Amino acid sequence: MSSLSRNDVARLAALARIDMTDEDLDRLSGQLSAIVDAVATVAEVATDDIPATSHPIPMSNVHRADEVRPSLTQEQALAAAPEAEDGRFRVPRILGEEA
Amino acid sequence: MSGATAHEPTRMADLMADKNANYWSRATAAEMAEAMRNGAVTSVELTQACLDQIAAVDGTVHAFLHVDAEGALATAREVDAARAAGEDLPPLAGVPIAIKDLVVTEGMPTTAGSRILEGWLPPYDATLTRKIREARMPILGKTNMDEFAMGSSTEYSGYGPTRNPWDLERIPGGSGGGSAAAVAAWEAPLAIGSDTGGSIRQPAAVTGTIGVKPTYGGVSRYGAIALASSLDQLGPCARTIEDAALLHEAIGGHDPMDATSLDEPVPACVDAVYEGRKNGLAGVRVGIITELTGEGFQAGVTERFNEAVDHLRAAGADVVEVGCPSFTYALAAYYLILTSEASSNLAKFDSVRFGLRVEKDTIEKTMGATRQHGFGDEVKRRIILGTYALSAGYYDAYYGSAQKVRTLVQRDFAAAFAKADVLVSPTAPTTPFKLGERVDNPLAMYLNDIATIPVNLAGVPALSLPSGTAAEDGLPVGFQIIAPAHEDARLYKVGGALEHALVQKWGGPLMSLAPELEVAP
Repeated sequence: MSSLSRNDVARLAALARIDMTDEDLDRLSGQLSAIVDAVATVAEVATDDIPATSHPIPMSNVHRADEVRPSLTQEQALAAAPEAEDGRFRVPRILGEEA
Repeated sequence: MSGATAHEPTRMADLMADKNANYWSRATAAEMAEAMRNGAVTSVELTQACLDQIAAVDGTVHAFLHVDAEGALATAREVDAARAAGEDLPPLAGVPIAIKDLVVTEGMPTTAGSRILEGWLPPYDATLTRKIREARMPILGKTNMDEFAMGSSTEYSGYGPTRNPWDLERIPGGSGGGSAAAVAAWEAPLAIGSDTGGSIRQPAAVTGTIGVKPTYGGVSRYGAIALASSLDQLGPCARTIEDAALLHEAIGGHDPMDATSLDEPVPACVDAVYEGRKNGLAGVRVGIITELTGEGFQAGVTERFNEAVDHLRAAGADVVEVGCPSFTYALAAYYLILTSEASSNLAKFDSVRFGLRVEKDTIEKTMGATRQHGFGDEVKRRIILGTYALSAGYYDAYYGSAQKVRTLVQRDFAAAFAKADVLVSPTAPTTPFKLGERVDNPLAMYLNDIATIPVNLAGVPALSLPSGTAAEDGLPVGFQIIAPAHEDARLYKVGGALEHALVQKWGGPLMSLAPELEVAP
């Protein structure tokens, strides 16, 4: 497995919605490359016959009755929003790249 | 405290004789609770003693991100009134506590150490917060931490590092450096931490205090801002095993609001402490994990570890060596699983519902700019690594392989626990290093957690307690005890026996050796 290139980091940052300056990319891509090389060692022992574990303690599905229960009011839910309008979260333009 | 039956002999008499010392802030939680029951002190006095200590030393230590003096004193007054009225109160009623800043507290700032949540006031209480309120414990405030619990030194906090009370130039561990330092600096007798890969235990080790990571699911995570959901666990920070046990019992238990919460009784932690002290460890099999000793561990750490093992033997334990060969790969697997889960969990910080917004002309640009300015470097590194590990074409090699290593780690634990009732190792490979020493070298920083990480991958409980100071630098060394899942009580029995032996040998708790902090004028 190969290390992460600067372009790889730029692409991943875009996917993760984190803007990066050229300096950010310079600083982080070297470090990330070293980290990826170090963690890639997991493939050395992960043979086909070993099952994957996603959860530390065996559990079965947990269900509850589908009933309305007390929850945050609309006012509480919106109280910390950077911007709200008409009982909803307000955000900048979503559709279209051109005004 | 006269009449303290089950308690360790204490230095309270000495402290009370020393009128210069703010002695009530140095009492243990058990001593405080008993003194309140006996009418020797009120919760208001205890809470004020802690607040005075915070005012005196926190400008230097910086364990707290937010102090709620008014709220804490209001709770204390209520408890004192209830006690005066003869009400039946929970065991820790009136004992002040500090809470790590990733546990949400209604109406009290909660940032998880991140600038992206600066000024946020949560609209609800975490289950843990509710339990602390039901236990009638005054909440002193919220403690500093590495941003979103990503780090081992508290240097990745968005609000500046916490300093180690033993040596202000050194790290207090992380991510829960604030909670550990608050306890070590006599600012709070108890604190809450969270442990994803060692964030309760490693800070405890380097500050000479006690930290416990319960079995996964033993304490509700509802309202704890998630780092890696399959690894995160809340737990107690304290200065004695008994205090940790009291807090563990107060915060544990099933919670329908957390689907991963264990539906079983809270372990009998306090009784286990007394049993270990009283009856010793005859018939208890203790396994030394060979992969977590020797090479890579500081000489003074190894020396204190071996000495503690001798004490366990003297208390009657049978000591054996156990091999856990896959632990060599645990660190790598951990950083893939953690970053994968974190990249998903931190997607919620999108500038829409709460927290920072850096406004641009479209929502996509707004999200990108907000996350650029709101997150620190370590958070960005881990989100990008997680995004990579989960991306098409790499998923099997990275995340898939890491999950297989997780299976191997669990198998190693199962085999080890067939030979031993508890496993032991040093908590951290070194004593606390200097602030700034590893901050730009993430891989070196990650090595701090080499002995604590396997525990989280397997979901088993573990405890760190002080085993002395290293000869070469005089700084605290932590001793880790690990038990099988659901057997948290064993940690307290073995920990209780070991603490008892060490305190007798030292002639008092290790914290009595900590240097006095300079008090703000």
